Amino acid sequence: MHALANPARFLRFARPATTWLLLVGAALAIAGMVAGLVLTPPDYLQGETVRILYIHVPSAWLGMAGWTGIAVASVSQLVWRHPLAAIGGRAAAPAGAIFAAICLITGSIWGRPTWGTWWEWDGRLTSMLVLFFLYLGYIALASAERERGGDGRIAALFGLAGAINLPIIHYSVLWWRTLHQGESIGLSGSSIDNSILWPLPLTMVGFTCLFGAAVLMRMRAELAESKVQARMRRMGSL
Amino acid sequence: MNPWPFVVAAYGVAIALTGALLLWAMLSMRRAEAAADALKRK
Repeated sequence: MHALANPARFLRFARPATTWLLLVGAALAIAGMVAGLVLTPPDYLQGETVRILYIHVPSAWLGMAGWTGIAVASVSQLVWRHPLAAIGGRAAAPAGAIFAAICLITGSIWGRPTWGTWWEWDGRLTSMLVLFFLYLGYIALASAERERGGDGRIAALFGLAGAINLPIIHYSVLWWRTLHQGESIGLSGSSIDNSILWPLPLTMVGFTCLFGAAVLMRMRAELAESKVQARMRRMGSL
Repeated sequence: MNPWPFVVAAYGVAIALTGALLLWAMLSMRRAEAAADALKRK
C-alpha cells in the first residue's frame, strides 16, 4: 500500500487497472447474471425468486466492503498519514452507497413474494439501512470538509466510528432471530445446493471488479481535480 | 403470485444503478483529466 503512496506511481498502476477491471468485471457480472436467470433451476421453496440472490448477495458484500475500505483508509490517514488515504475513502463512499442501496432495494423486492412484505424492521434490514445512511453522512461530511480546505481528519474519524456497524450487520441474524434467514454461506461451507450456487462466484467477482473500477476512476478524478486546483493557486499567486 | 416481474425488477434496478455509477465515475474522471491536461499544455 505504501508503494502506491506516490500519486504518479499510483496513476501508472491505476490507468491500466481501471480498463482491466471494467472489462473483466462486466464479462463476469453479465455471465453470472445470464447463468443465474437462465441456466439454474428454481429453488424448491422460493421458486424463481431465488434468482435475485445473484445480485443481492454481491451488493450486500460490496456495501459492507465499501465501508471496510473507508475504515482502512481512515486508519491509514490518521496513523500513517498516507497521502492517498483521504482520496481513497472519498472515492469508495459513492460506490459503497450505491451497492448498499441495491442490496436494500433487491432485498425488498425479494421479500414481497417470499415473506409477503416489502419491509420489516428486522435486525439485518435495519442495520443495512443504517449503513446506507452512514454512507450519505460520510459523503456529505467529506465533501464539506474538502470544500473548506480541511485535511479530511473529521471524515476519517466518522469513517472509523461507523465501522462499528459492520459486525452488527454481520451478527444481526444471530443476535436477533427475526425475519431475515441465518447465514447461508460461511467459511465452513454453504447450505445452498451447488446447482443453484455456481453462478454466485461469477457475480461476486464481477461486481467486485466493477466496484474497484468505479473507485479507481473516482480516485483518478480527484487527483486530476487536485492538480488543477494546485495549478490555479500557483497561477494566482504569480 | 407470478415471481418473474419481481426478478426482472430486481435485475433492472441492479443493472441501472451499477451502470449509472460507472458512467458518472467515468465521465467525471474524463472531465477532470482533460481539464488537468489542458492546463498542463498552457
